[in-house]
Amino acid sequence: MKFGIVRFPGSCDDIDAQLACERVGEAVLLWHADRDLQGVDAVVIPGGFSYGDYLRAGAIARFAPVMESVAEFAREGGLVLGICNGFQVLCEAGLLPGALLPNVSLRFVFRQVRLEVVDSETPFTRACEPGRTLSIPAKHASGRYFSPEPVDVVLRYAPGENPNGSQDDIAGVRNAAGNVFGLMPHPEHAVDPLTGSVDGLSIFESMRVSVEARVAA
Amino acid sequence: MRVRVLVSPKRGILDPQGQAVERALPALGFDGVSNVHVGRLIELDVDDPARVPAMCDALLTNPLIEDYEIVEDVSA
Repeated sequence: MKFGIVRFPGSCDDIDAQLACERVGEAVLLWHADRDLQGVDAVVIPGGFSYGDYLRAGAIARFAPVMESVAEFAREGGLVLGICNGFQVLCEAGLLPGALLPNVSLRFVFRQVRLEVVDSETPFTRACEPGRTLSIPAKHASGRYFSPEPVDVVLRYAPGENPNGSQDDIAGVRNAAGNVFGLMPHPEHAVDPLTGSVDGLSIFESMRVSVEARVAA
Repeated sequence: MRVRVLVSPKRGILDPQGQAVERALPALGFDGVSNVHVGRLIELDVDDPARVPAMCDALLTNPLIEDYEIVEDVSA
């Protein structure tokens, strides 16, 4: 199982994402200007401030050469996980529905949030038992999810936990096919007891199980 | 030609920045102000202004959350 973590100018959680992936498999960094995905089994678009968040968060990264390959990889059913800025990039690229707006508070939020696993049958959450709550940190200024159409919700902020004013407490959504998933909180920062929670591991573990099940099939 | 693209939050979507400005004005004695929205101005020189709407839809704005108006500066 080999993960590829995309690195844009301005990515800052790429190494944490790589270390998190390495807890369940191999992981390599993919440079934004390369089209070669190096034969990875899954792609992670990490958090950060790609291209300085100029124009809108994720708006410029969407046009990076690597994103053409990621879009093709997604069309072929490959697993793509977008975290925070990665979620914004996937929405801007049209690989996920909706958009992320500035937080209602107009402030950068940084705190541990509890997340309800609404859908535990996705390739990204299958290692979670139904109804499980995950404790994962969120840190962002533009995390208010909005979609004019109904969407497939995977994670919601637990009651009272919504840090940004997201519609219907939505924290993470998937595409209709189920192979692309984005969330604002950071599972890669919750993989070691040292930092208070290992709940984020279940996302990466789910991806590993999904890829290995596919290879075996 | 010089073109200005005026980008505003789509009506109906909560605009906390506009609300913050709207609340601040009366505090400074400016009464009678409502419906404040804060957007973005993009200025560009283009050879063919007819292509600007396509630029807006592809990159300059996100049509899900933003409206835009194109103003051609005939004096420039």
